[in-house]
Amino acid sequence: MKPFTTHSGIAAPLLRINIDTDAIIPSREMRRVSKRGLSEGLFAGWRYLYEDDKKLGANPDFILNKPEYAGASILLAGDNFGCGSSREHAVWALAEYGFRAVIAPAFGSIFYNNAVRNGLLPVELSEQSITALAEYSTRAPATNHVNISLENTTVSSNAGDEFHFDIEPLHKEMLLQGLDAIDMTLKHLDEIEEFQNRDKTSRSWAYL
Amino acid sequence: MPKTLFEKIWNDHLIAELDDGACLLHVDRVFLHERTGGIALSSMEAEQRQVRNPGHVFCTMDHIIDTFPGRGDATMAPGGRQFITSARQATRRAGITLFDVNDPRQGISHVISAELGVTLPGLTVVCPDSHTCTLGALGALAWGIGSSECEHALTTETLRLVKPKQMAVRLQGGLAAGVTAKDVILHLTGKYSASGGSGCAIEFCGEGTRRLPVEARMTLCNMAVEFSAFTGIIAPDDETLKYISGRPYAPEGGEWDKAVEYWRRLHTDAGAKYDKELHLDLAEIEPTVTWGTSPQHAIGISGMIPDPDKESNKGTRQAMQRAMDYMGLTAGTAINTIPIDAAFIGSCTNSRLSDLRDAARILKGNKITRRIKAICVPGSSRIKREAEQEGIDRIFTEAGFEWRESGCSMCFYAGGEGFAERERIISSTNRNFEGRQGQGARSHLASPATVAASALTGFITDARNMAIQQ
Ligand code: SF4
Repeated sequence: MKPFTTHSGIAAPLLRINIDTDAIIPSREMRRVSKRGLSEGLFAGWRYLYEDDKKLGANPDFILNKPEYAGASILLAGDNFGCGSSREHAVWALAEYGFRAVIAPAFGSIFYNNAVRNGLLPVELSEQSITALAEYSTRAPATNHVNISLENTTVSSNAGDEFHFDIEPLHKEMLLQGLDAIDMTLKHLDEIEEFQNRDKTSRSWAYL
Repeated sequence: MPKTLFEKIWNDHLIAELDDGACLLHVDRVFLHERTGGIALSSMEAEQRQVRNPGHVFCTMDHIIDTFPGRGDATMAPGGRQFITSARQATRRAGITLFDVNDPRQGISHVISAELGVTLPGLTVVCPDSHTCTLGALGALAWGIGSSECEHALTTETLRLVKPKQMAVRLQGGLAAGVTAKDVILHLTGKYSASGGSGCAIEFCGEGTRRLPVEARMTLCNMAVEFSAFTGIIAPDDETLKYISGRPYAPEGGEWDKAVEYWRRLHTDAGAKYDKELHLDLAEIEPTVTWGTSPQHAIGISGMIPDPDKESNKGTRQAMQRAMDYMGLTAGTAINTIPIDAAFIGSCTNSRLSDLRDAARILKGNKITRRIKAICVPGSSRIKREAEQEGIDRIFTEAGFEWRESGCSMCFYAGGEGFAERERIISSTNRNFEGRQGQGARSHLASPATVAASALTGFITDARNMAIQQ
């Protein structure tokens, strides 16, 4: 997994609440048994214009289609981002598109867990701070970069604003070092086996 | 120290508290489906990782398969066949039990996980699907995960978790006639917003919960995720045990007795603390329907589409306005006057036998409005057979409904079969997101009874106003 230490980039504001994973990547855009090739489908319902079911082309009004936001790598979003379906494709699509971080007041819990396992940093900030960042970015998207330091757990603007965010130590470590959770857990196989040996007696009915 | 139901299950599965603050939790069952199961398994193969205990892993075909009579592997979903065959091959290689397309046990994962006794009270159950929380209704700790965590659970029989906050939702009193568990959960998200249970393990408790039949409890827990909860859970009781007893994967004989002894402990002790508590008086709830594109856009059937201008929070106001544009509705319209184009009964929320019976009582001897497309998709092949034995299929088809094979079907749109742009659907499913049931399609969530009544009249209708033939 790609580690996340610090990042600085264009921040695109998409300040809608309850952006669900169906909106991040509609199910119809998940055509192959693969974790790749999903960025085309990112926000497909909003990003493209349609006639009935047929894509006509890019929707010029959608934020990511505006030339000044080309290359955006930080997404500013509304409350409850990534609610809904558990599809990890939402994270894969965001990451493949080039996003390194999403900043929102709160996240859907499955989305959050998926993000930290794929090097996409979910940052929880107050709605007020996000609005401030959005206003700052909107003034000059290409140059008014947003800066994130995971080590210091801060988000800052070049205009001097700095916001602190909270993240669980285990998520921070995984992201900082790009650790693979499975490898980490496999180091505890002895404990798992011990647990199961005890458990097989006390909860024998739970074992098929 | 008095403990909550959640804490008891959590503690009994806690293997270790790791240096980084993670709790390493034992996972008793993993359920897969063809939409995400194949990806998880093939990615494990690529990493040369093995399924640690295939005997505790099950897979079904529900998301991508068609639900037309006589179906096979061919599906309308683009690329669908690949999902089906790759899940089939990967489960075979890993030695995982698969409930294949034409297996009599096939059905929607969360429906058959309960029906087959794969899920039992006190177990930890995960599935790469957000509605795994349905199974909390049996007193299991069951929650949805993504692919990476699924690979983790398959490889290690554990997950690394941060202990979620706990919330109690206490249901008081009893439901008025004609009001269902679906109305309760829609009412809850309507009242406290779609993020009202954010990240919490929610225990539904109180006498109102106790009085709900087990299948209704599943409907309630199913939509805990629409309330942004980590999961929902209900303490097992005699009704639960009655439900589980004799299911194919449930314990038998001495093991059953031992299990029952354990399950009797699974309740919240007097004096145990939750982080948050909510109370709902069930008697106040009427049949509830969504008008917008978030489960929080829910109102009583006698209500009107709310006015965004009266909403003080800017984000909520804008979302309401967007939803209204998408749904083609205007503020102040009475919800029970809105005409519909289609009716759908199915999904892991409301496709069990009791749901089909509810709808059939209203449909019996009646015909749906002719211009409407109406579809019923039983939640499992077994439910379909049982309904057919009761003649429910004929009630549906004589009323003008299509009667399908079991699966997720048009609960979600995968690019194959779906509802058309601007088509308005009254649906017993759980998500009314933009495009969820078809590109540009407009979904109104409701109980099976409301769906059936609306199909008859052609507009969103309070089922309590329909004369029901005995
Ligand atoms: S029925 Fe719908 S909500 Fe339930 S598992 Fe299938 S797609 Fe998901």
